[in-house]
Amino acid sequence: MKKKITLPIQDEVISTLEAGDEVLLTGILYTGRDAAHKRMVETIKDNKPLPIDLRNQTIYYVGPCPAKPGEIIGSCGPTTSGRMDAYTPIILEQGLKGMIGKGERNKAVIDAIIKNKAVYFTAIGGAGALLADRVKKAEVIAYEDLGAEAIYKLYVEDFPAVVTIDAKGNNLYDTQKEKYKKILNQA
Amino acid sequence: MKEIHTCKIQDAVSRLCMESNYYLSEDIKEGLLSSKAEEISPLGKSILQDIIDNAEVAEKRAIPICQDTGTVVVFVEIGQDVHITGDSLEEAIQNGIRKGYQEGFLRKSMVEDPLLRVNTRDNTPAIIHYSIVKGEHIKITLAPKGGGSENMSALKMLKPSDGMEGVEEFVLKTVDEAGPNACPPLIIGVGIGGNFEMAPLLAKKALLRPINQSHPKKHIKEMEDRLLLKINALGIGPQGLGGRTTALGVNIEVFPTHIASLPVAVNIGCHVTRHRTVIL
Ligand code: SF4
Repeated sequence: MKKKITLPIQDEVISTLEAGDEVLLTGILYTGRDAAHKRMVETIKDNKPLPIDLRNQTIYYVGPCPAKPGEIIGSCGPTTSGRMDAYTPIILEQGLKGMIGKGERNKAVIDAIIKNKAVYFTAIGGAGALLADRVKKAEVIAYEDLGAEAIYKLYVEDFPAVVTIDAKGNNLYDTQKEKYKKILNQA
Repeated sequence: MKEIHTCKIQDAVSRLCMESNYYLSEDIKEGLLSSKAEEISPLGKSILQDIIDNAEVAEKRAIPICQDTGTVVVFVEIGQDVHITGDSLEEAIQNGIRKGYQEGFLRKSMVEDPLLRVNTRDNTPAIIHYSIVKGEHIKITLAPKGGGSENMSALKMLKPSDGMEGVEEFVLKTVDEAGPNACPPLIIGVGIGGNFEMAPLLAKKALLRPINQSHPKKHIKEMEDRLLLKINALGIGPQGLGGRTTALGVNIEVFPTHIASLPVAVNIGCHVTRHRTVIL
């Protein structure tokens, strides 16, 4: 069964999530990828205020396609999270609780996830059309000059994702590949 | 002698940009369905179903299957009895891409300079490979390729003594390192032989062949089958979250090579490996 989760995500909910849980997210997401992360971290280092309050929020690593006329957003699947690793620990210190992307995270990020009691979800890479269907509202709220890399505020309904690194630091990428490798090589 | 106007070429290219990005090819759809039936991980099964649904949504709404609508690679086969009239052929193709990406609401992902990195805002230039063949036709194949899977591709100049075993080891290692970043289930294009620039081109061309079609040479077909089995025992699974379905297919292309060389290139394709062809 997929767990239904409301965003912004509450601490009590995060503590119940375990690596491997399939979830359906409903609520507010902020988008942000390479350029937006770089700019946010520079702003933090300059002691200037960020254009959005990150406390309890979830960031989705995505650079969507342009929307067709009359549509809310174009295809919008996740991009590779590893490129954000250099910035993520600093962003988590701002109170960010959730991240959605695809692919592995480095040790510094996993440590910061544990320390800040956050959670890393993965969405299906390449499922941009399906995920666009779950976005009900989208508006650019910061860094408009970055085009596809601007920060959008999204309202999503039943957005499918998998808890891949939970707040205890359990990492699905580590456990599952080994598990299935063993099973497949026994058969 | 047949005349083909560049307007016709431009329109065809622009149409191919949209069609290749909206419609997943039948062989991959079938591969996803049969893999789902064989998948042993419940999460993997569920992911494969979402991927199948995604292709359906894209097709129905005529929107990109994946938001990374890629670098455009174009293979142009020109019959030697064709006379091209109008603009320059190169311009016609690049203009077709500008038009297709604009009118098709496709993402523009090309940066002008690899170090300064400013977006060209129209997804050009495409990477174009021309070849001259017999006949009175122009055949255009357009293959947009996303960054996630392209970045995990690799080339190695093996020693002839490394042989088949060395080749297979290198392919397996490349796929293993690609892991979740390349959006598995994958399609693996392998180029063996030629030289330093030929092997990657063979690997790219291998991705154009339908995955349910084997190489005509027996020993290459057997290597394709063997590699697919080995890759699907790595445990990576759909999206790298564990399971059997790491790859949907392995396609190999070969070319004669130097007595001292054994080049091998692996072009990693994701489950949104796109290509579409038109003959004018
Ligand atoms: S690797 Fe393929 S499926 Fe994944 S984001 Fe890139 S183009 Fe899309």
